[in-house]
Amino acid sequence: MNAVLFLVLAALTIAAALAVVTNRNPVYSALALVSTLALMSCFFVALEAYLIWALQLVVYAGAIVVLFLFVIMLLNVQREERALPAPGAVVSVAAGAGLLALGVARAVTRTAFASMPAVGDGYGSPAHLARRLFTDYLVSFEITSVLLLVAIVGAVVLGKRRV
Amino acid sequence: MVPLSWYLLLSAVLFAIGVGGVLLRRNLIVVFMAIELMLNAVNLSFVAFARQLGAEDGQVIVFFVLAVAAAEAGVGLAIFIQLFRARETLNADEVTTLRW
Repeated sequence: MNAVLFLVLAALTIAAALAVVTNRNPVYSALALVSTLALMSCFFVALEAYLIWALQLVVYAGAIVVLFLFVIMLLNVQREERALPAPGAVVSVAAGAGLLALGVARAVTRTAFASMPAVGDGYGSPAHLARRLFTDYLVSFEITSVLLLVAIVGAVVLGKRRV
Repeated sequence: MVPLSWYLLLSAVLFAIGVGGVLLRRNLIVVFMAIELMLNAVNLSFVAFARQLGAEDGQVIVFFVLAVAAAEAGVGLAIFIQLFRARETLNADEVTTLRW
């Protein structure tokens, strides 16, 4: 990815992320979140993480945001949150978040990273990731499946009107 | 070729925006979206470091983060639905006790 393309995409991503947290209507926030996630998937392509790119679009932008939109519309919460946060709170939170970003920026710019090395064929492909998942990370993978099962059962039980 | 530090900077900025959203917004669903934003910012760091080191371990960890985020969204939104049925609100300031 060349520098100009990166800067344009980064600016768009930051704008979309700001839209997520500043929109008063949660539906617009969810739509801005889709844009943010889709824009971030472009960086995954640039970093040659092709499976992660596909998962980002399918799982995040597809499934999770649709779930958000579904709940927002089911509960009809658009009318909420008319009052703006106190100006003092906005200023202090913005200052804190800015300091956080500045701290990382300082640490990152003071470290001299080597330029990214070339990677072999198939880097980031499903076959390569699957090999790692089912060998080195097998235990974590199985625990993840248990976690998802627990989440399914938990969501069904919580969603019922009467347990 | 864009250096690693640019990706880390972008990731830090996105994470900071997410932190700001969690602290400032009162609508629980928007707070949740800001948390997803923070998770994604960290994912970007993981993928960038994986590329820098020429290893795929970072990408495997992103896979796990995706699974945890999906589980979190499912259970969290189910809790919000129950909360809304009981209290008719999703304002974080009105739900400060752990009882109905």
